[in-house]
Amino acid sequence: MATLTQPGVESRSPDRRLVEMSWDPITRIVGSLGIYTKIDFANREVAECYSTSSIFRGYSIFMKGKDPRDAHFITSRICGICGDNHATCATYAQNMAFGVRPPDMAEWIVNLGEAAEYMFDHNIFQDNLVGVDFCEQMVKETNPGVLDKAGRTDCPHAEQHGFRKIADIMRALNPFTGEFYREALQMSRLTREMFCLMEGRHVHPSTLYPGGVGTVPTIQLFTDYLVRLMKYVEFMKRVVPLHDDLFDFFYQALPGYEKVGQRRVLLGCWGSWNDPKVCDYTYKNMDEWGNAMFVTPGIVVDGKLVTTNLVDINLGIRILLGSSYYDDWEQGEIFVKQDPLGNPVDRHHPWNQTTTPRPQKRKFGDKYTWVMSPRWRHEGQDLAIDTGGGPLARLWATALANKVDIGYIKSTGHSVKMYLPKTANKPEVEFEWNIPQWSNAIERDRARTYFQAYAAAAALHFAEKAMAELHAGHTKTWNDFKVPDEAISCGFHEAVRGVLSHHVVIRKGKIANYHPYPPTPWNASPRDIHGTAGPYEDAVQNTPIFEENPPDKFRGIDIMRAVRSFDPCLPCGVHMYLGNGKTLETRHMPMFGAQG
Amino acid sequence: MAANTLPYGRKTQRPPAVKEVHVLWITAGLSCDGDSVSITAATQPSIEDVLLGAIPGLPKVHLHNPVLAYEVGDDFMKAWYEADAGRLDPFVLVVEGSIPNEKVKNEGYWAALGTDPASGQPVTTCEWINRLAPKALAVVGAGTCATYGGIHAMQGNPTGCMGLNDFLGWDWKSKAGLPIVNVPGCPVQPDNFMETLLYLLYQVAGLAPMIPLDDRGRPKWLFGATVHEGCDRGGYYEQGQFTKEYGQPECLVRLGCWGPVVNCNVTKRGWMAGIGGCPNVGGICIGCTMPGFPDKFMPFMDEPPGAKISSDTATVYGTAIRALRHFTNDTANKETKWRHKGTKLTTGYQPAHIS
Repeated sequence: MATLTQPGVESRSPDRRLVEMSWDPITRIVGSLGIYTKIDFANREVAECYSTSSIFRGYSIFMKGKDPRDAHFITSRICGICGDNHATCATYAQNMAFGVRPPDMAEWIVNLGEAAEYMFDHNIFQDNLVGVDFCEQMVKETNPGVLDKAGRTDCPHAEQHGFRKIADIMRALNPFTGEFYREALQMSRLTREMFCLMEGRHVHPSTLYPGGVGTVPTIQLFTDYLVRLMKYVEFMKRVVPLHDDLFDFFYQALPGYEKVGQRRVLLGCWGSWNDPKVCDYTYKNMDEWGNAMFVTPGIVVDGKLVTTNLVDINLGIRILLGSSYYDDWEQGEIFVKQDPLGNPVDRHHPWNQTTTPRPQKRKFGDKYTWVMSPRWRHEGQDLAIDTGGGPLARLWATALANKVDIGYIKSTGHSVKMYLPKTANKPEVEFEWNIPQWSNAIERDRARTYFQAYAAAAALHFAEKAMAELHAGHTKTWNDFKVPDEAISCGFHEAVRGVLSHHVVIRKGKIANYHPYPPTPWNASPRDIHGTAGPYEDAVQNTPIFEENPPDKFRGIDIMRAVRSFDPCLPCGVHMYLGNGKTLETRHMPMFGAQG
Repeated sequence: MAANTLPYGRKTQRPPAVKEVHVLWITAGLSCDGDSVSITAATQPSIEDVLLGAIPGLPKVHLHNPVLAYEVGDDFMKAWYEADAGRLDPFVLVVEGSIPNEKVKNEGYWAALGTDPASGQPVTTCEWINRLAPKALAVVGAGTCATYGGIHAMQGNPTGCMGLNDFLGWDWKSKAGLPIVNVPGCPVQPDNFMETLLYLLYQVAGLAPMIPLDDRGRPKWLFGATVHEGCDRGGYYEQGQFTKEYGQPECLVRLGCWGPVVNCNVTKRGWMAGIGGCPNVGGICIGCTMPGFPDKFMPFMDEPPGAKISSDTATVYGTAIRALRHFTNDTANKETKWRHKGTKLTTGYQPAHIS
């Protein structure tokens, strides 16, 4: 089985024999996702893909009429792995609505908590969930030829991470029995302890509030955080080169692998970690304080940075239907005609959305999912932007924006540098993430590991700032506020896997409308009213098949890598019919790309 | 020692009554998967402790959980169909997420897992529970959604969702005679869940008697005490010291903490490795382990209506007590007077023979 399959570069014949295959549920993600595909085995590529979610809960419905102060407690429960990102984003929106600016110390505590969340979540996803797609057992079952080659290939960075051959890394990633798998799992606990120090509990925090935090800033709090952080810093000095070696090997072993999960560069990042010296939570100054964030917000279209202004980003958001189980709101109430700066707000903007679920039979080609289609309006088009799984868009936008400069992290306009100081057993290291050639599966995964280092570097900065406040005696963590009768507001943040916004309308002191948009609706969205496929669908469609297995033993590993690179997080599913897959069309077809 | 000699101490080891057990974990209730994520944080025991056989006497455990599974799609679903066909025995069914009411609408689904090969439509979570619960050795609810409905069962919700006991019945018993085991928490405290699972495995192995549960299906040793009874801010309560501002060390009751009336051990156990939690670290208790969560505790950031009388009383009593303690504390903070330099010994030492 040494023959590697060829990438699907042959010209496409109109006489295609398509086999329906689906994977439902897609495991090793959070939530329920189904991927339904039509595969052209002769040409070794995915011809069509539908992404579906099988769960509906109705947050926007049951939050109506509730006390707006409860929003962060409630919305945290949207997500079981990044609930705190929701809680944080909700408090940002509350701060804007209530007109309250937390003390600096509170902001540093939130930033330290959120940094720990990135460190934890990317780590567990990368090495305990997505990593399994690259482990020895999986590669052996899908591409034995590649495993064979991995056994013969030296790791260029063996000295940094201790694994001699690429196959040694793969073996260490085997679930539960692999040593690196277990180390990563243990590290995900250490980082969650750091998180709990700042935000109380994982994954639904207990100490976040509008106006600040309940965490008591003591010397012990920061000692406990810092000693753990330094262990993680040392860990990352091994992990970044380890992943570089693993991912570079795939490009080398499977020429054309850059096409897996590739799509047009359409990336969005809503910015992360506010700078308390700048952020006053007013809508009016949102452009200014957004640009002071420690991850710069931005939208990248075809490699160009279109904007870093959160007001532009806000006004461009559109929520479209098309393939989702909801009624439209063309006749619905317009809650917000103009933003606080006087800009018109569209009917399809989250402030004006009315959610009315319409459960029905699943019909691919018509309505097939509970996910809606968020898009971003740009030059007359509703762009299906994605988050690159979070890190890719964050690093890309931050690199191009050329704004972040905190010593530990420096944006250069084309790259991002991250500095990790000396630790117990390793000297100082500076990593540099360079803008890649493609927005594809491997680069989404690679960016994740670099962003873990970014989060650790940022946490070093935040810890210094927090301790300076503590030493100066500034221990106040909360400012009082009053809930207004009427208000509109928004919060922008980066959930671990990408853009996160909360839009609120308050009337008579209660929630009149609340629409959270986490990364997954952006990434997992179905075809919209224009027929534009969502990012998973788009990235999987035309993904070449490199797997060596014939259709009756097909695992869909390349599709899995494409989908998981986005770090899917839905309570959703991907189905697969193997062997007994239904043949849609059988016509005369040339036999291209013999399977190994 | 000869290679074939058995160690003497091996006689302490007994094979479990059941050799292997499967854990079928359905996350496709209305959930956030937070309970699955939570258990990956557990260390007492950890998930790998259980799966790799680190604890003596237990059966071999096969875990089928979508967040951690190696298999995908149909490969993953195989265990579900096997269990339904009676070929995966014995198994423990863990349910995560509230159970929607699929009967309140005409068609479609609120929550589903996998696809029915015949109809091409999703198989609802309710149907899976109906199929599998009668065949399970035990049914365990992980987290407040699965146990009592939780956040998704909030007033005004469109799905009519509920907890396992509401769905299967409060008198429901498994074929092995176990009532539904409820481990609430939003999310479930990591070690609380893993310890409950461990207990059940001991029980399956024949090493422990029937799991002790209270009338809400909760393990008694975990949920028998209130948050307040374990709270390290309880002393402030007693002394009538209530903060009106977040970020202060005193008792949080006036800010909205429900600790005095909520069954939960988080103040004793912390969140993980003894770190974090709720009131101990400055977070009000919002009652997330309780059957009445969330509605009976909202709005969360107001003082509980019933708390006023007791905290007012504590203020009166506590202020007096605190003054007295302050006095005693001052004394306790002073060393005894015979610790001094100089030539004179004033400790009271009087030897029998002075030379």
